[in-house]
Amino acid sequence: MDISTQKPQSPPPLPQPSVTEQKRAARGATRPGDRIFLGLTRGSGILLLVIMAAIAVFLTYRASLAISKDEGNFLTTFEWNTGAVPPVFGIAVLAFGTVVSSIIAMVIAVPIAVAIALFLTHYAPRRLRGPISYVIDLLAAVPSIVYGLWGALILVPHLNGLFGWLNDYLGWTGVFSWQDGPPRSMLTVGVLLAIMILPIITNVSREVFRQVPQMHEEAALALGATRWEVIRMAVLPFGRSGVISASMLGLGRALGETMAVATVLSPSFTIQTSLLDPGGGTFAQNIASKFSEATEFGRDALIASGLVLFVITLLVNGAARAIIARRKEYSGANA
Amino acid sequence: MSTALVADKRPSTLRGARLPKWSPWAIATGSIALGIGIGLAAGLDSEVQWGLLAGLLFLLGTYGIAARVEGRRQAKDRIATALVWVAFILAVVPLASLVWATVQRGVKVLDVYFLTHSMGVVADSEPGGGIYHAILGSLEQVGLATLIGAPIGVLTAIYLVEYGRGSLAKAVTFFVDVMTGIPSIVAGLFILSLMLMLDLQPFGFAGSLALAILMMPVVVRSTEEMLKLVPNELREASLALGVPKWRTILKVVLPTSIGGIVTGIMLSIARIAGETAPVLLLVFGNPFINANPFEGAQASLPLYIYQQYAQSAGSQPAYDRAWAASLTLIAFVMILNLVARGIARWKAPKTGR
Amino acid sequence: MAKRIDVSGLTAYYGSHKAIEDISMTVEPRSVTAFIGPSGCGKSTFLRTLNRMHEVTSGGRVEGKVLLDDEDLYGAGIDPVSVRREVGMVFQRPNPFPTMSIFDNVAAGLRLNGSYKKSELGDIVERSLKGANLWNEVKDRLNKPGSGLSGGQQQRLCIARAIAVEPNVLLMDEPCSALDPISTLAIEDLIGELKERFTIVIVTHNMQQAARVSDRTAFFNLAAVGQPGKLIEIDETERIFSNPSVQATEDYISGRFG
Repeated sequence: MDISTQKPQSPPPLPQPSVTEQKRAARGATRPGDRIFLGLTRGSGILLLVIMAAIAVFLTYRASLAISKDEGNFLTTFEWNTGAVPPVFGIAVLAFGTVVSSIIAMVIAVPIAVAIALFLTHYAPRRLRGPISYVIDLLAAVPSIVYGLWGALILVPHLNGLFGWLNDYLGWTGVFSWQDGPPRSMLTVGVLLAIMILPIITNVSREVFRQVPQMHEEAALALGATRWEVIRMAVLPFGRSGVISASMLGLGRALGETMAVATVLSPSFTIQTSLLDPGGGTFAQNIASKFSEATEFGRDALIASGLVLFVITLLVNGAARAIIARRKEYSGANA
Repeated sequence: MSTALVADKRPSTLRGARLPKWSPWAIATGSIALGIGIGLAAGLDSEVQWGLLAGLLFLLGTYGIAARVEGRRQAKDRIATALVWVAFILAVVPLASLVWATVQRGVKVLDVYFLTHSMGVVADSEPGGGIYHAILGSLEQVGLATLIGAPIGVLTAIYLVEYGRGSLAKAVTFFVDVMTGIPSIVAGLFILSLMLMLDLQPFGFAGSLALAILMMPVVVRSTEEMLKLVPNELREASLALGVPKWRTILKVVLPTSIGGIVTGIMLSIARIAGETAPVLLLVFGNPFINANPFEGAQASLPLYIYQQYAQSAGSQPAYDRAWAASLTLIAFVMILNLVARGIARWKAPKTGR
Repeated sequence: MAKRIDVSGLTAYYGSHKAIEDISMTVEPRSVTAFIGPSGCGKSTFLRTLNRMHEVTSGGRVEGKVLLDDEDLYGAGIDPVSVRREVGMVFQRPNPFPTMSIFDNVAAGLRLNGSYKKSELGDIVERSLKGANLWNEVKDRLNKPGSGLSGGQQQRLCIARAIAVEPNVLLMDEPCSALDPISTLAIEDLIGELKERFTIVIVTHNMQQAARVSDRTAFFNLAAVGQPGKLIEIDETERIFSNPSVQATEDYISGRFG
């Protein structure tokens, strides 16, 4: 029951806008009703900022407790021994696995998702568009744990053949060599993540493509453009920033995806140079897998790795926003 | 002279050689047959390879034939069409497989007994047991999360759309974006760090707090979109009648957009209902029925699925239960989605499309 | 370059709804033909059948013949993409591609067909912009986005884009309805110059405009809402506005209805 320490954040703060704030606020904020309402809504906004700050502060604090006792280098150590005396742990393996699996997922998912979005807005027979986008909407809502279960019990057995194939023809690259073991590797994770983020990227891209003003498409058509040329001239340029933000949303999900990775991957604390050999790990998967057996110190170490994940997702989001902002001078003109 | 420059490079006629309407189907049939043929001949054992082969043949065949008959521009157009279709089919196959597997395997043990009993006295490797405790836990955790997250989200969105100017609004907008990208496990770790400091044991409401954090930015975004759809003329009309701004928002803006707002909230509920990671850290899971979200470990539906899968060492009854619970969870999420969409359609602002 | 349009027995549908019925007319090359008539009478629909843009809208389909010189646009084996290349169009609202610069907007149609040397492209863009009376206003900012121009300039940019590919016919769908009077005047002057080189068909709501710019005027009308639009008469603009042969035309022009 001792959650009262959390509570002060939740109730609406009292409306006490300062004089300067009142001046800055909308002209209407003079009546009591207006002031209360403004206070309530602004308070909620401030609360969101407070939560974000609290996340950063608390994670950093707990992480610092762990990292200060770490005998290894937190960023470059290849092991995770929080129980050892002295403890030695680092995130190198996790960072590698997280980045690799997310890149695989993006490489597979983004082109396919954009193609499906175009399919839904420009290619599919009109009768089919409604039902198909409906199905994709619903699939975006399938919980990740269900994807994980499906991936582990259905997808993995089906990948044996493909992995053998890749090993036969591309094994010489080293990246696609496959010694043995079940196909529970980074590539499997990447494929599953791709399937999982596909609906999100598709949905957002579809919305963006749908908003392309009819008149731009007609302009291209009237110049004698084929359907593909209309898409290239009018649809893709207009939708580019939207597609980027859609992809970033997908990337964010792929980076932080926990359960699907934890169910499918056969983890180890090593870096596998081949994408087909089982092993490796991701930040989120490592936290979920190690959590239940971790001591309090072990949990702090996991929090430290979570902080890194947090920072990475912050950077990804920041980059996405910067890209969108830069393109606004073009696409915003007719919005 | 310059007129001739343009004229030279155009096709002299309005007609061009066109492939017959049925040609894509013919090429598709041919490539599928060839793909299966090659697959069988080369002894490839996985349908995944057959499908990839057929897709590749379809693309190459389309481009080759179209380029020969219709010219390069048309061939590009054709291959774009072919690619888009292949991508669509490529995506539909795993998604269909997921739905099919969940339904087919889920119905095995899904019955009234399953829905009304807990795992209290059932070992993971034995048949029997149910998900009553998990459903109860999920409903409580998600319900509490909604009570916290939805109002804050809606109010924030109102602030951003109706009042938001200046640096505070900019900061909020920015951090809502950032918050959207927070992995669920990080939200879980945040609450966990609080619990470590207060020396608390796992309990349901801790999970609710993490879920609320995940829910807020989603609600803010969807509500913002809906409020922005309300035409400014409506606001101005109301303000011009001397109605105070807050009443304008409550009486004009919100009612116009309420359908979309509710839809957004329900969709965000559907999203957090499937979250496993924070629940794993904060609520921990419990085979027994615990109806008090404020004390003691609780179960939750997604967590139940994970634990049945991960802690059962491959026993079939546990897998069956995991599938049945998945089916239940999907059904819950789908119903929420359907209802949300129903509301959106029913309450849609009467503008254009 | 300019070609004659011969329409016979043309009927256009939106799904099951018949929008225009049994229209026949001839449009002479190097002339301006204006379509006037009350809202919903199908003049814009008819215009869009002349470059096969009508079928782009969902459920749009057409019966009848449209001959461009001697070739039926709706004949078997005709590629609608090539048709639109030959019959250019300017829309009601200026619609430059927002992500392209002024230069790229004008060059957009050219780049679709064949490759041009940079200098060739530059020449054609300059000539087209001059043809659209826009060159002097934009020559110093060809690389700026086209959406930064004023409405009237944007519309002239769209005209430049349409004439850059040297179409045979130029269709204009109420090109001035979104513009202020001064921009409108600029476009009207431009139409007068363009008819030396192109066959121009213009839909307008503004009867003074039709009287000012066109050589021939066609009056469209519909019996009632929901009924298909029909061509009432087409004649020399002077005759239509002074002494039309049909009573309905006179009623409309003198403002007795519509």
